[in-house]
Amino acid sequence: MTRLLYFAWIRERIGKAEETLALPAQLTTVGELVTWLRARGPEYAEAFARPEVVRAAIDQTHVKPTAGIKGAREIAFFPPVSGG
Amino acid sequence: MSVRVETADFDLSREVKNLVGARTDIGAIVTFTGTVRDTAKGQPITAMTLEHYPGMTEAELERVEAEAKQRWPLQATLIIHRYGELKPGDNIVLVVTASAHRQAAFEAAEFLMDYLKTRAPFWKKETSAEGESHWVDARESDDSAAERWQR
Repeated sequence: MTRLLYFAWIRERIGKAEETLALPAQLTTVGELVTWLRARGPEYAEAFARPEVVRAAIDQTHVKPTAGIKGAREIAFFPPVSGG
Repeated sequence: MSVRVETADFDLSREVKNLVGARTDIGAIVTFTGTVRDTAKGQPITAMTLEHYPGMTEAELERVEAEAKQRWPLQATLIIHRYGELKPGDNIVLVVTASAHRQAAFEAAEFLMDYLKTRAPFWKKETSAEGESHWVDARESDDSAAERWQR
């Protein structure tokens, strides 16, 4: 089981802050996971409509879409950060 | 070395006093305070709400702080970043750097701000005078400010 977290407008569009899912074994990268999530429903399709503006972190470290997800406990999706 | 992410406001002079303590070897202390502007793209705003990723935020700020410590001879650093609903004029972020000489303290403070803006997982939502709210886009200028430190 993998814990997925959503923040800011991605959280609002999906309608939840987090969920724990059994991810299909054939998913190997963050980019593939995004594609799979988009097919889960219209709210996911809307949240991930522009994957180029979605950032990801695995186990609380920034990663690129090509990053592997094997062994990840926590995968987060969020817009580009805007703190400070 | 210290990082705090909290809703409460901070008091600049008290934080500096606590950070320095009884040390007498510090020659330069630089502080930066970021505050909420009352306009966004020329339009008045009434509130700014900051969301963050608990756990990762602290981890990322600690990584940024450790990187600064590697690059400059810093005797003490402090990063405080607030979250939750803030009003125009409220404090958002405090960065303090202390070093024997001013150049390291100035540069490290700027570095910490540039890096935290592009790496710490915070997101801002602004509320307009009409009560409408929208998420603030990350600025490309923030990326280029952070990139100039890359080596």
